[in-house]
Amino acid sequence: MAAEAKIDPMHQFLITPIGSDQLAASPFQFTNSALWMLIVFACVLLFMWGGMKRQVVPGRWQVAVEGMTGFLDNITRTSIGADGRRYLPWIFTAFVFILFSNWIGAMPFGIVPGAHPFTVTSQFSVTMFMSVLSFAIVLGVGFWKHGLHFFSLFVPKGAPLPVKMFVAPIEFVSFMVRPFSLGLRPFIAMFAGHVLLDVFGNFVVQGLNAGGPLGYAISALCFVAVIGVNALELLVGAIQAYVFALLTALYINDAVNLH
Amino acid sequence: MPQIAQLALVYQSQWFWLLVVLAGIYFVVGKGIVPKVEATVDQRDATIAADLAAAEAARAEADAAEAQLKANDLAARGNAQAAIAEAKAKAAKAGEVRLAAADAKTAKLLAAAEARIATSRSAALASIESVAAEAAADIVAKVSGAKVTAAAAAKSVKAVLANV
Repeated sequence: MAAEAKIDPMHQFLITPIGSDQLAASPFQFTNSALWMLIVFACVLLFMWGGMKRQVVPGRWQVAVEGMTGFLDNITRTSIGADGRRYLPWIFTAFVFILFSNWIGAMPFGIVPGAHPFTVTSQFSVTMFMSVLSFAIVLGVGFWKHGLHFFSLFVPKGAPLPVKMFVAPIEFVSFMVRPFSLGLRPFIAMFAGHVLLDVFGNFVVQGLNAGGPLGYAISALCFVAVIGVNALELLVGAIQAYVFALLTALYINDAVNLH
Repeated sequence: MPQIAQLALVYQSQWFWLLVVLAGIYFVVGKGIVPKVEATVDQRDATIAADLAAAEAARAEADAAEAQLKANDLAARGNAQAAIAEAKAKAAKAGEVRLAAADAKTAKLLAAAEARIATSRSAALASIESVAAEAAADIVAKVSGAKVTAAAAAKSVKAVLANV
């Protein structure tokens, strides 16, 4: 970030290379983004490993893990039906990845000198990739289960023909918009939240630098705001993971149980 | 906005590493750990359900045993009541018999005593007559100097006594 008094809330979203001087347009380019993805992966593994004691009377950690799997199992079962467990691995993967990315991104690792926290899900290249994966699963399941009959998803059942002719294109467009809305939602939430955090955080520092009663008052006010936004960010992070998982389950349900 | 500015440069590595991580989570966690956790939960639910069923069965058994116990108790009570009534009747009968025997004995004694009393009385009466006759003869002798035979005195006394 540029020296003193210049707010650059976009800097936190910058992808920088690790192990080389310059970004290369190569899939094997290791970056801070890839590093934080691996950190997320490690945290997920650690968390889930804690639930592997498989005790009949569970400890706290095991209850947390079982609560999470039970929560997602419940989503798939209520959304898709008894068949839903087959799709649990992907919905679970999407949920924990988004949840852990959002929460790890909201952790104040920045107070450690040299550490540059990075929110993986604030990159739409990441969230869009995930939503396209979800969409691909929906298409795959739909065409595999119903063949070309899958297109009847766009035609409202029992409506007169003119209505069908009118509604089907709208339904088709709304269906094709799904991956974009699904992927942009978590990205926008994280992006906006982190910009807000950065701006308020800079106001705290600038208020202190300015000095005087007004500067300290603004600084204190912004500090309270940062705390509030941070709490909100944790909530939003969980909600976005939930929404992604739930919508994926609902979309899969459309493909599995055609009308 | 670096997300757009850098997109062309980073999308390959972003997608590659994301795919690696997602595949890792999918296969290791989603396919590996989650089913085991779910199995543990299912197993626990099954255990709880079985325990509940066993407890329910034990409760029904206890209820049946209690009902049996109550029935047994009731029967025993009835038997006891019958035995008591029987014993009461027996005792009453025996009492009556003994009472009757005692009554007969008493009546016999009473009759004997009455007979004795009657004889004593008649004996006494007879002796009173003789005593009265003697006394009358004595009184007559003292008053009038006349000698009265014992037989005459006895006759007069008897006549007077008969009027009493």
